[in-house]
Amino acid sequence: MAVLFESWVQPRFRRGNADVDIALKRLACFMTQGEIVAGCLAPHPPHLVYAENPPQNEPVAEGGWEQLRWGYERLRESLKDVEYDAIVLLSPHWQTYVGTHFLGLPNFKSLSVDPVFPNLFRYHYDLNIDVELTSLIHDKAADAGLAVKLMENPDFRVDYGTITTGHMFNPSWDKPLVVISSNRSRDYYSVEVMQEMMIELGKVTRQAIKESGKKVVVLASNSLSHRHFTTESAIPEDMSKEHITSHAMHLWDMRMIEYFRTGQAQRILDEMPEFTEQAIAESDGGGLSWLLSTLDTPTYPATLHGYGTIIGTGNAIVEWPERQHKEVVE
Amino acid sequence: MSDGKLVGSYIVPVHPHTVLVPEQNEGWQRLRNAFDDAAQRIKDADADLLIIYSTTWPSIIGHQIQANPNPEWVMVDDDFHDLGSIPYSFNIDEEFAHAWNDANEKRGLKSRTVNYTGFPIDVGSVVALKLLNPDNAIPSVIVSSNVYANRAETTVLAKSCLDVIKATGRKAVAVTAMSLSNRMFTAPIEPKDDRIHSLKDDEWNRKILEFLGEGRLEDVGQLSRTIHRQIRVQKVVAFKPMWWLSGMNENRNNLTGDVLAYEAIHGAGGAVVHLDPKPSGAGDKEYDEDDVDFFHGERNVLDAENENDSFESDAPAQSAQTTSSGAGPALWEPTTGENSVNSQAAPKPVGMYPHARRVGDLLYLSGVGPRQPGTNAIPGGPITDANGNPLEYDIKAQTHAVIDNITRILEEAGGSIDDVLDVTSFLVDMDRDFGGYNEVWAETLGKVGPTRTTLAIRALPTPIAVEMKVIAKAPTSD
Repeated sequence: MAVLFESWVQPRFRRGNADVDIALKRLACFMTQGEIVAGCLAPHPPHLVYAENPPQNEPVAEGGWEQLRWGYERLRESLKDVEYDAIVLLSPHWQTYVGTHFLGLPNFKSLSVDPVFPNLFRYHYDLNIDVELTSLIHDKAADAGLAVKLMENPDFRVDYGTITTGHMFNPSWDKPLVVISSNRSRDYYSVEVMQEMMIELGKVTRQAIKESGKKVVVLASNSLSHRHFTTESAIPEDMSKEHITSHAMHLWDMRMIEYFRTGQAQRILDEMPEFTEQAIAESDGGGLSWLLSTLDTPTYPATLHGYGTIIGTGNAIVEWPERQHKEVVE
Repeated sequence: MSDGKLVGSYIVPVHPHTVLVPEQNEGWQRLRNAFDDAAQRIKDADADLLIIYSTTWPSIIGHQIQANPNPEWVMVDDDFHDLGSIPYSFNIDEEFAHAWNDANEKRGLKSRTVNYTGFPIDVGSVVALKLLNPDNAIPSVIVSSNVYANRAETTVLAKSCLDVIKATGRKAVAVTAMSLSNRMFTAPIEPKDDRIHSLKDDEWNRKILEFLGEGRLEDVGQLSRTIHRQIRVQKVVAFKPMWWLSGMNENRNNLTGDVLAYEAIHGAGGAVVHLDPKPSGAGDKEYDEDDVDFFHGERNVLDAENENDSFESDAPAQSAQTTSSGAGPALWEPTTGENSVNSQAAPKPVGMYPHARRVGDLLYLSGVGPRQPGTNAIPGGPITDANGNPLEYDIKAQTHAVIDNITRILEEAGGSIDDVLDVTSFLVDMDRDFGGYNEVWAETLGKVGPTRTTLAIRALPTPIAVEMKVIAKAPTSD
């Protein structure tokens, strides 16, 4: 990398002092350039938090969904010694129709009750926001022509998707977050339009992170196939009842995972419309497209930390270890 | 049975503008005035219960019914958080919520009550209750909109609600919190620039309101799927609040409708509509949908062994005459010998025989159970699971379904249920089921007056609790 950068700087030294100044400024900027250390698919079914029995959650479980919870353990272990400053997270359960929104206050503290599974998730949260990085991404998105809005109402309750992924990824909550809403452009238009917007949002997210000088983890909080059971076992964590809803959903999930594992992000984006329609996938919220774009459509293999079903939906915990695949500047 | 009834129905918009900033746009203010008018009408009707069906409370595990007697919190809209916060404290009729939940179960419908501190009451319900019941004087109940529910499920949800209204003698008002067209502008706009998102949406909205103004609620219900495709974002399946509201009004088309306001809210179509049960003099329904009394839960996806009920099977047929029914014996095509009577609307036989056979002036029916034609599902639930483990079931639902099947076969023969002369009934659990079976009999065949013999037997070929063998008068051939 240094050699590459030297070759870019050297000719400019020969042309006079002004060029030298500019080059040095660029060098200084480069030296403090922000970085994505990892990008992860990190699903948010509240069942995972329920099964973990953290003190913040009111209901109590007898375990369950261990394959996925162990997957999160492996993800946390993978990043244990990696330094980073903030987590950027897109949750499909903060659904906005009027553009993309960002949590814009330094702290949110309240009780989150899942309106669908209130028997499982009643979580007392206290989370911090990296307002500086939030503003940077927000402003860049606005400059790119995306409709964006900062959420600055202190009474706002943070959605359970953000909290579940936030908890499972970082139970100590010791890193500030950037929380991005799920713009429902797929519902309004099509998967293709949604993806176009999310790819743009991904690009500006990446740019903003670089300019921020911060080290960041990006998380897309969504399941893969997303056809639920419509009944719940008397004991929700009864794993004898847990399986994928249909063979077709399994095939789609495995196809996507194979692309993850073999570094074929572009194929995922190419097949996103079919996958989203046929697997009723939660990629409809835009998280996966945004993540892959933020990672600049990676061509290296991702690590599958876990796969499992939750009330019939398919969920994978996947890490793209971006820190091991730093961009080569030419 | 008490004389409870629905004294009115309302359709109201969901977005928070009418509560928080009506003054910012003339249209929003007109909607707010219409809300106030509706609130007064509800008071004048002496209503003692408000029932809210809200499209902004989606659910997955059946329907959910709010049962916290006093939910309190501060609501902030996901999109319009910059308009402000809405603190709420509502008066929920906990008893009615539980009774409705029980009534759903009796009609084979999955639902549950929720009573949790901090449960997020959705924006549609908050707006409706804040403006229609500003002083909390009228107890209310809120039900979710199940994202997977079809018309049958939504209709049964309404019927079970009516069961409770009638049984408890309530004077109830039904409210659907919903947009008409729900396409909003996808970027912020100035309040003064608000208008319906497109001319096409506006035209559809006006057509819907023309129907509702004429009291033709069931017509709107039957157009639900078309309306959804034309002017709704493709998220929550179908325009289903109209199914529920039509069910609550017994699928009538001759209500007295009054459109109190129609305006845009950030591009979506918002209307306040009053539907009075008083007949308007217009023609009544042309009801051509399946009028379902009991939901038989066609999904059962938790039970792997029932998958064949829900999905097309690639398994080869067992013979030219039989088909797989998932669990239980194979199904046969009814035989077509001389004087046989068979109905597509009756469940397929489990052996080689016809549904009925005419001999002289009499019609002899093969034993008829409660299985449903097409799906083979059992209203009220099967009595055992695939492993033979006993299950809870509803004998009344099963008995009703048996009599419905008998009716269909007799109608196929050109007759009716009034032609039944003699019935032999078989119950697998006389002690448990005779009372319920006898009650349904009294309401139905008892009024026709056939002779009857009731026997206890050990088992029937499918997991059902009741079967009837019928001899009926054959209709004259001319």
